[in-house]
Amino acid sequence: MSDLLSLTAVAARSALDKKECSASELTAAYLKAIEDTADNNAYVAVTAEKAMDMAKASDTRLAKGEGGALEGIPVGVKDMFCTKGVETTASSQILKGFVPTYESTVTSHLWADGAVMLGKLNCDEFAMGSANETSVFGPVTNPWTAASGDLKGKALTPGGSSGGSAAAMAARSCLLAPGTDTGGSIRQPAAFCGMVGLKPTYGRCSRRGIVAFASSLDQAGPITRDVADCALMMTSMAGHDAGDSTSIDAPMPDLMAALSTGVKGMRIGIPDQYTLEGMNQEIVALWEKGRAWLEDAGASCVPVSLPHTQYALPAYYIVAPAEASSNLARYDGVRYGQRVEGATLDDMYAKTRGAGFGDEVKRRILIGTYVLSAGYYDAYYIKAQQVRRLIQQDFLTVFEQVDALLTPSTPTAAFPLGEKMDAVSMFLNDVFTVPANLAGIPAISVPSGLSSDGLPLGLQLIAPALREDTLIRGAAVIEKAAGFDYVATGAAS
Amino acid sequence: MTKSVSPLVEGRTGPWEVIIGLEVHAQVSSQAKLFSGSSAAFGAGPNEHVSLVDAAMPGMLPVINRFCVEQAVRTGLGLNAEINLVSVFDRKNYFYADLPQGYQISQFKQPIVGEGSINITLSDGSSRDIGIERLHLEQDAGKSMHDQHPTKSFIDLNRSGVALMEIVSKPDMRSAEEAAAYVSKLRAILRFLGTCDGNMEQGSLRADCNVSVRRPGEPLGTRTETKNLNSIRFIAQAINSEVARQIEILEDGGTIDQETRLFDNATGQTRPMRSKEDAHDYRYFPDPDLLPLKLDAAWVDQIRDTLPELPDALRARLLNQYGLTPYDASLISEDRAVAAYYETAAAGQDAKIVANWMTVELFGALNKMGLDLADSPVKPEQLGKLVARITDGTISGRIAKDVFALMLESGADPDQVIEEKGFKQVSDTGAIEAMIDAVLADNADKVAEYRGGKDKLFGFFVGQVMKASQGQANPGVVNGLLKQKLDG
Amino acid sequence: MLLPLQQLFVTRLVITPMTIDKDTIPRIARLARLEIAPERQSALSEELASILSWVEQLNALDTSAVEPLASVTGHDLPLRDDIVTDGNDPDAVLSNAPEKTSNFFVVPKVVE
Ligand SMILES: [Mg+2]
Ligand SMILES: [Zn+2]
Repeated sequence: MSDLLSLTAVAARSALDKKECSASELTAAYLKAIEDTADNNAYVAVTAEKAMDMAKASDTRLAKGEGGALEGIPVGVKDMFCTKGVETTASSQILKGFVPTYESTVTSHLWADGAVMLGKLNCDEFAMGSANETSVFGPVTNPWTAASGDLKGKALTPGGSSGGSAAAMAARSCLLAPGTDTGGSIRQPAAFCGMVGLKPTYGRCSRRGIVAFASSLDQAGPITRDVADCALMMTSMAGHDAGDSTSIDAPMPDLMAALSTGVKGMRIGIPDQYTLEGMNQEIVALWEKGRAWLEDAGASCVPVSLPHTQYALPAYYIVAPAEASSNLARYDGVRYGQRVEGATLDDMYAKTRGAGFGDEVKRRILIGTYVLSAGYYDAYYIKAQQVRRLIQQDFLTVFEQVDALLTPSTPTAAFPLGEKMDAVSMFLNDVFTVPANLAGIPAISVPSGLSSDGLPLGLQLIAPALREDTLIRGAAVIEKAAGFDYVATGAAS
Repeated sequence: MTKSVSPLVEGRTGPWEVIIGLEVHAQVSSQAKLFSGSSAAFGAGPNEHVSLVDAAMPGMLPVINRFCVEQAVRTGLGLNAEINLVSVFDRKNYFYADLPQGYQISQFKQPIVGEGSINITLSDGSSRDIGIERLHLEQDAGKSMHDQHPTKSFIDLNRSGVALMEIVSKPDMRSAEEAAAYVSKLRAILRFLGTCDGNMEQGSLRADCNVSVRRPGEPLGTRTETKNLNSIRFIAQAINSEVARQIEILEDGGTIDQETRLFDNATGQTRPMRSKEDAHDYRYFPDPDLLPLKLDAAWVDQIRDTLPELPDALRARLLNQYGLTPYDASLISEDRAVAAYYETAAAGQDAKIVANWMTVELFGALNKMGLDLADSPVKPEQLGKLVARITDGTISGRIAKDVFALMLESGADPDQVIEEKGFKQVSDTGAIEAMIDAVLADNADKVAEYRGGKDKLFGFFVGQVMKASQGQANPGVVNGLLKQKLDG
Repeated sequence: MLLPLQQLFVTRLVITPMTIDKDTIPRIARLARLEIAPERQSALSEELASILSWVEQLNALDTSAVEPLASVTGHDLPLRDDIVTDGNDPDAVLSNAPEKTSNFFVVPKVVE
């Protein structure tokens, strides 16, 4: 076949069945694309030999008619997933050299379904960041560039923390990419890179074997080229795991069927509080278009109120660092990772962690330690957990009236790398994505248009817990109406 | 039973009251660890009983062991404590080499078991209730070895993640004796319940002792915590040395530092931990990897229905059913195996004689032989039969000791020993009369002395007759006939 | 042209100027076992103060009657059976250790 890289996963899977190409050819094409797009710094490790071995095994299974749902599909893995025998660093100095003896449950599911592992993808250090600039491997460049305007000629961020994953997807150096999303880390980079990104219901995907950032918020999910691939990949990633106490034991609705269900009769809420003063008019206009597309397809859109929305971000920036400060205590130079020697045990700890963590991670550990410390716990941590309850309650109330919510995915398009921004401004990237993490409900970002500068913009759908099918139904409608078929300038071909 | 009064310690400047609270860590008698599937057994090679969860590998998550939850509930019920149907696991954050996660999963705000109590009996026969504040489930840490290398410590994570029940008393104890009695009783209850093996040498039961002193009637003094005492004797020693130390300091006009101390087995003294840990700030918060633990009330009731008889109930029953002395009843009720042995041996026999034989002869012999009751060569049925042969007059109490000695050696049945050794007691009055006549004839001078008023000689004649019968004459018959012949 | 992010939300923020005393960073850095270069301390102190000032806006909400939410899943804690299914693989446990000897992890000597 001439242009293997242009096939979606669903199309490639069908081509493999029809013997139009082999898994080995497909994998080889992606390994070459990785080389061709190496400048974007998306990959931190390429497992070429392993990939070709897996592809050959896929070909054998395909020949016997035993191919799995993702048989032969090349996948790039965010470096937050532990991969057996392959260095896993969470893009942190402190985990350099760490080679897990085990595989994360989510990636195990992908391999069990026949997917092929290409390598490990760059991300923000311990997934803490919204621009992929906190990685010890350096920033990732967005394959998209502005066609005009102030941003023209500037290297842009792919977003974060799954920046390498979204960038590799946009660069066509992998065909599927599992990401992790604690406050928007799948949806924001997917939006910045013109990809589909889904954060499922908390507990849908096992967290076992994923380097933890904030345990009550972390969820793995797919980053894909289109909504059909998203449905396919989500189905593979999800599943109950007895090794994760927070894993949900509930069947996943038929997402492939949901692709063609449509939204006729569906009620969509447009939350008042997601209109920000001074918000970019292009994004406001796109949001309006999204509403029209859904209505054209038979949905009814109504304004709804989520009164505590503005408190989501500050609550998140208490809860997430608090959990992170505890989750990252295990990186102490004793059992794995980097150690910096010290005269005493405490000295060794402080030096190891001082040298091993980057500034953003240190900042969050300090905030988290502070808000949990004696005398501050109630004022910050308990307060944030109370606000979290109010935010969850907002959603529960609104989902009595509507089936899903439509919002922009991000308040801006991709911004330039290296832009000086204070911490709070950087946090504002996650303003539309964080509430779904706090409430544990599923949300999807769908590429829906380009800014006047030619950069991708996404719309977000949010659904009640366990209703990933609703997201797929709505996203498929938006995708079709938007007709988003642009390819990044930096994509491999 | 009498209520005991607070014993006071006399200092140079007047009396002091001692306030003691104990935190006991009891290892749950589970196969696997609290949050992982690795073995909780003692004695493996370094880091053999360690899973990726116990070593806190990135992304590894805790999943709780049902059996451990059940044992915590059983123990709570055994301590007459309230069971909390909702409890929460928190993270206690601190850094230490043998704490791989950088936090211990414990229960802080909402423990699985609330307030309860334990009744202790002291050597003077008095008894008192010691309050239980709470019982919670938590993970054990690993083990650091500091004496293997001049500049390094070695870490073994085999204990990391083993399930512990931390049982916290109220500060209700007033002496080392009370503390020792409390731990003995607690251990007995745990063993009866089967929730902890109570093996202190292997570390299955350890106590932290919080000790302070005050002038009677005054507010509480500053306390110290002496950690990880692994024998009842050490607990008593540590408390006594700590009380003496604190009184000495206070009487010299000094103040007590609130600190953690360690006990030195060799000197019997406590000393401050040298690694002065900075002010603890554990930053407890609910573990987001776990969910609230909810118990079904019906399940708790089911566990309640299967509770065995506990030491207090057993002791009461031994007093009532067998008429034992309080001392024997306490001794026998301390251990379920002892009680079971006793009840088997005493079935259909004179219960008091059996108790006496057991606590004096059997325990004495086993102690000398270095054997546990379970390994006793004399089985409970055999001890019972031996007592039966005494009460039915087949052998005398004195001969019974010889029979018992032979039973200990060979494990043989008492009847077999009596038969083989011809120990059967002679009660035939004719034969005994003949022996008496011979003894009296041989000792005519002593007979005269006796009849002249020297009563004490009666014992001499009994001894001579018993000797002539090689101990087999029934002493009752001998006594009666001798009296007739001498006095008659 | 996209607006700078800083302009978003600004009108909604209720910023209470907040300062952190100079001992705070060393104290929490010590709790977190993080060596912080002395020259970074004052900058970090300011960053922390600005983030904490920003989260102060939560105080605008009366939450006195709200039960804190620690976990979003409605289900109960799953319980596993008491069976040994893991362990007995010290090589795997020690395979990434920076320093080890005869199956022990090794750290600088601790004086208790
Ligand atoms: Mg203690
Ligand atoms: Zn404890």
